[in-house]
Amino acid sequence: MEKRVFFRNKWLPYLLVAPQIAVTLVFFFWPAGEAVYQSVFMPDPFGLKTRYVGLANFQFLFTDPYYRNSFATTALFSSLVTTISMSVALWLAVLADRVGKKAGRYTTLLIWPYAVAPAIAGVLWMFLFMPSIGVLARALGHFGYTWNHALNGGQAMFLVVIASAWKQISYNFLFFLAGLQSIPRSLIEAAAIDGASFTRRFWTIVFPLLSPTTFFLLVVNVVYAFFETFGVIHTITGGGPQQSTSILVYKVFSDGFVSQDLGSSAAQSVVLLLLVSGLTIIQFRFIERRVQY
Amino acid sequence: MTGMVEKKGWGLWLTHVGLLAGIIIICYPLYIALIASTVTQADLVTPPMPLLPGGHFLENYRAALFSGMSTPVWKMMANSLVMALGITIGKISISLISAYAIVYFRFPLRSFFFWLIFLTLMLPVEVRIVPTYEVVAGMHLLNSYSGLILPLVASATATFLFRQLFMTIPDELVEAARVDGAGPIRFFFDILLPLSRTNIAALFVILFIYGWNQYLWPLLITTDPVMNTIVMGIKQMLPSGDQTVEWPVIMATAILAMVPPVAVVIGMRNLFVKGLIESEK
Amino acid sequence: MARVSLTAVKKSYGKTVVIDDLTLAIEDGELIVIVGPSGCGKSTLLRMIAGLETITAGTVVIADRVVNNLEPRERDIAMVFQNYALYPHMTVFANMAYSLKIAGLDKGEIAKRIETTARLLELESFLKRKPRQLSGGQRQRVAMGRAIVRNPAVFLFDEPLSNLDARLRVQMRMEIKTLQRKLGATLLYVTHDQVEAMTLADRMVVMNNGIVEQVGTPLEVYHNPATTFVAGFIGSPPMNFLDLNNHNIVPVPVKASLVGIRPEHLRFCPLGTGLCDAEVAFFEELGAETLVHLRSQNGEKYILRLESATTPPALATSVGLTAADKYRFFFDNNGKRLKSEDAPPSP
Repeated sequence: MEKRVFFRNKWLPYLLVAPQIAVTLVFFFWPAGEAVYQSVFMPDPFGLKTRYVGLANFQFLFTDPYYRNSFATTALFSSLVTTISMSVALWLAVLADRVGKKAGRYTTLLIWPYAVAPAIAGVLWMFLFMPSIGVLARALGHFGYTWNHALNGGQAMFLVVIASAWKQISYNFLFFLAGLQSIPRSLIEAAAIDGASFTRRFWTIVFPLLSPTTFFLLVVNVVYAFFETFGVIHTITGGGPQQSTSILVYKVFSDGFVSQDLGSSAAQSVVLLLLVSGLTIIQFRFIERRVQY
Repeated sequence: MTGMVEKKGWGLWLTHVGLLAGIIIICYPLYIALIASTVTQADLVTPPMPLLPGGHFLENYRAALFSGMSTPVWKMMANSLVMALGITIGKISISLISAYAIVYFRFPLRSFFFWLIFLTLMLPVEVRIVPTYEVVAGMHLLNSYSGLILPLVASATATFLFRQLFMTIPDELVEAARVDGAGPIRFFFDILLPLSRTNIAALFVILFIYGWNQYLWPLLITTDPVMNTIVMGIKQMLPSGDQTVEWPVIMATAILAMVPPVAVVIGMRNLFVKGLIESEK
Repeated sequence: MARVSLTAVKKSYGKTVVIDDLTLAIEDGELIVIVGPSGCGKSTLLRMIAGLETITAGTVVIADRVVNNLEPRERDIAMVFQNYALYPHMTVFANMAYSLKIAGLDKGEIAKRIETTARLLELESFLKRKPRQLSGGQRQRVAMGRAIVRNPAVFLFDEPLSNLDARLRVQMRMEIKTLQRKLGATLLYVTHDQVEAMTLADRMVVMNNGIVEQVGTPLEVYHNPATTFVAGFIGSPPMNFLDLNNHNIVPVPVKASLVGIRPEHLRFCPLGTGLCDAEVAFFEELGAETLVHLRSQNGEKYILRLESATTPPALATSVGLTAADKYRFFFDNNGKRLKSEDAPPSP
């Protein structure tokens, strides 16, 4: 896509892109280059010099059980967050869509969590589940179930999943609702005349037509779970107990800043970089396809 | 699907019940936080937890705003506001002008710059935490507003959004402006900017929320508590281990941290929805 | 007001030639209509004069100044666009004032000029409105007003009426003509509509495939088409063409391969005595006249225009067709008109 008309000016366009390019180079490409560079070096035991080690950092990384575990943790965490937030959002969107125009009153009450920072979402949910004073932790105690996410890895995972999914529901809800509202009413009515029940209409017509939205949200939610949930994990569990909630992004942070293991952290950055690139490509190929619909 | 088939009686009633259930689940954590911010620590520690607001609203919020734990919350909110506005205005300005250059000019390296901007999509802060920190530290920008804002103002998404918008503006408008004697700078300020008003406003809402909610970056570069933002500062208030903390004050802080972005979403709902859906196109 | 002259003007995008070696002189105060089918290069030509397209070769002179390398604003021209290109966020007043403000005129002068122009175009009551609050015809008028306030040497109109409905188009056509006379302005007007061209033009320029087929007054062009393209494009319904290979017609000029006859000049005659024979296929009864559609045995189609008072032959009957000698236009196989001087004297 190109404009037919344009201005001729020798230096103005460069001046206009300069700020964006400067920030991009200084704060994006330089650090990314550093990460790649550092990933093939290792400091000596006293931290005085570094020496070239090739792919040793990566080799070490993939033999490290904690890192491999972090992959599994990330996979579990992101699939749970994605599944829960998307299904709840779809359910709410279908209901709101059925209510029709009057749903406006409800939507405000459903979309505000979008504005809540992940870290604040973490604080809210942690407060509900504080072993000593949390309302829900105490309620579970009444039923004889002991809740302590500081000690129990499974409970910790459950809590960060819930907090992260809760925050993302509003986003998914808005997109599902927009998707549902764009389905031509005549299609639904035709199916109704053919005698299909609501459930049947949903699974045979609405859901397939919603698939572009669903796929788009799938990618967005995975990206969210991978990268934007840092605040939730940092406030609620700090990656624990025993790294049971250390997703990849959390581990880059803790190995780089807490343990100061720069070579390993840089190698992890490179791995993450490849992951984001993959996700971005999927996202863009999909958008290309969506244009043709 | 409005005005759809079988929209009466039981079905509709169940629909409303379902929605209400969803709203209760979504709003429950907020409700509990609101209650906890209006009672005393003692009320929280001794079960059962109160279900209605207590009478200590002013007391708790005053304690949070003016003394906090290490830094008064008003100071952290001011920092957050500066950061959020800086990021928002910065992102919008530099994206507007770079999109303008890419759409309305032909120059060598044009597509190179475009791809350079595009590639930043693949480099979120989270991926390059340590080296970016080192770069910013090397520039002596730790504990400064510039350090909080600058590394976050590049935006491929906003640039694409404006590029998309400019592509939809008819060519004849540029031609008319040129015949009328307007050069590129005049055209930008007199025609393009006013025509992009709604989109800028919608993007402003989204980016303000993005900026306000930053966590990891301020956590790294504001080691001085006076520079903490509220979203990351609250972490410092949380108990580590078994120490006792003033939960009502923490909850008041959490509420204060939510108020500006949530108010923006609710107050400008239509712009927010427009911005959200368009920035993902 | 000013003269415009184009000399050996050429426009190409890479290897694609859009306008080839075009020379044209436009007199002061003339209304020139450039007409042709879409893609013939007429809009490109106008935009080259405006300075919105670069000129690949040749020179464009406006008011005795070579403008090839001047920006649009330096050329002393004003343009009216097909979609009007009004600035949607500005009021009618601001739209009209914009170029004057850029030119640095003082506020009093701007207001005075806009007032005069608004009165001329009956736009006084709309000055405070935004373009979206106006009807199509009003927007069109604002677009003209925006051009007129500048008092330019040359007006350029690019299909200005094609977004209006048929009735409004006829009315605006007359208004433009009257306005142009009143202002004594040099006006270049691009359209694809031959009726518009016929009714508006002092002289018309018929273009096809990037070249000028003919320049002349509307009646000259109609009665004396230079090529088959002009003959077929100007006039509705179009001229009938008979392939001389299929018809035995004498006398013909040497090298002639086609004969063209306008529908109003075609006459019925007994079978076998005319230029050709054909069968009556159907009628279009338009009230004042009837168009008789005919088809010959080898599939050629003809249209004959008949006064309604005359009774046409019945459907499906075969008839002969003829025309007076002076209404027979001969063309060679390149589509070029052969003048009657080229014809051998009739026996």
